[in-house]
Amino acid sequence: MSEAGATQHRQLKISILRYNPQDPNSEPHMQTFPLEEADGMTLFIALNEIREKQDASLQFDFVCRAGICGSCGMLINGRPGLACRTLTMHLGEEITLAPLPVFELIGDLSVNTGKWMRAMSERLETWIHTNEAVDLRKMEERMEPQLAEEIYELDRCIECGCCVAACGTARMREDFVGAVGINKIARFKIDPRDKRTDEDFYELVGDDDGVFGCMSLLGCHDVCPKELPLQTQIAFVRRKMVRMGMK
Amino acid sequence: MSKSIDLVAGAGLRDKTRKSRLPARLDFLQSASGLFLALFMWAHMIFVSSILLGKDAMYTITKMFEGYYVFGKSYPGLVSCVVAVVFFVFIVHAGLALRKFPINYRQYKLFRGHMKMMQHEDTSLWFVQVYTGFAMFFLGSVHLYIMLTHPDKIGPYASADRVWSDLMWPLYILLLLAVEFHGGVGLYRLAVKWGWLEGKNPNETRKKLKKAKWGITIVLLTLGFLSLAAYIKIGIAHSDQVGERYTPAGVEQPHQ
Repeated sequence: MSEAGATQHRQLKISILRYNPQDPNSEPHMQTFPLEEADGMTLFIALNEIREKQDASLQFDFVCRAGICGSCGMLINGRPGLACRTLTMHLGEEITLAPLPVFELIGDLSVNTGKWMRAMSERLETWIHTNEAVDLRKMEERMEPQLAEEIYELDRCIECGCCVAACGTARMREDFVGAVGINKIARFKIDPRDKRTDEDFYELVGDDDGVFGCMSLLGCHDVCPKELPLQTQIAFVRRKMVRMGMK
Repeated sequence: MSKSIDLVAGAGLRDKTRKSRLPARLDFLQSASGLFLALFMWAHMIFVSSILLGKDAMYTITKMFEGYYVFGKSYPGLVSCVVAVVFFVFIVHAGLALRKFPINYRQYKLFRGHMKMMQHEDTSLWFVQVYTGFAMFFLGSVHLYIMLTHPDKIGPYASADRVWSDLMWPLYILLLLAVEFHGGVGLYRLAVKWGWLEGKNPNETRKKLKKAKWGITIVLLTLGFLSLAAYIKIGIAHSDQVGERYTPAGVEQPHQ
């Protein structure tokens, strides 16, 4: 890179909410790290550079750095998003980072979304329910490509937790299943291999901790890094569950 | 028998085998009652703002609601019946919507913090709905009770006297703001909640709905404030003849 090009790079100020819940002396506070921006820099790159060169104690999670693993969800300037998918060039010079709320805080930007997601999955039984014996030696039953696409579209969820952190209801009411849970119900509902009926799904999300708790603030829809059609899916599940409730 | 049912319910075990259908019905009723009230308020605005077309226009509409053009005689009791229905739906809607309110300081504080941090319009608008909804418990009840008990006191002079001489205008200013913000956001939210008018591109539709929502709110607020100003103007001019009823020029006073 030419020297002239290098001088054009912005000096970023990245303020990070630091807190270690394991340390009784730790208090939540903001710590600002200066950093020279690089071409195509993502927050993933920025955070790694800070940890490498400025503060080795900084905690944050990454695995895939490609928006697939869902580990790097955090509050970026107050809104949930994936650090690896966020280019610094789309942000101002001053950037604030904080851990996702709702989830158990491990330290700094690292939260335990896995624990929450597992509890949600167990509660909503997010797997195929069938009485048919599966013969693994046989070819899978055929499915219309369009239906397979529709299921796949909803299955793209990476459980990053951004929708939960962006949800006003989930913030107020900790038992709320969140958009991630309702989306999973929609996903299994349209899957013909899952033999559960609407009555079965009603048992899972037919209350105020489920789909009726949703107040349609649509924070989930607006922050979803995978741009899942959460608004449509929640409305779909709500209509089905209301119809069930009228029976 | 009923005692054992009560005991099962009291022990919190009633929904163990089959989840109650009530949450579904309450959710539906909250939306349905809200839709009814929002649409009623649109119609209400058309009737109220008839004063902008002149006293005779408003007089005609008043008489229409009193059944004068059907029965040849005015029955203000008909207005009371309509108000009673609206009041009932209003209370039902308030009760249902109350379930969504932050129920303690912890929830209130969490939501406020969340809202400030997110800077997300739909999230912030929900708080507007909470505040305006809370205000309407009181503002709406006062207005509805007066209409319920004095259905005959509606008309170009009677309404203007109520607004000005009976000092209702401060309440009406607040109520107008509360109704229009609450109802506008509510209708928009109903559409996105149930997936109405989604079309092929829900994101585009939502943007259009949001624009339409603001447009409608601005139109209704303008109409509302102009009408209120008209009643205040008439009320001031009529303040030394409070109680006198309006009679259109050249028309005989209809039989009461």
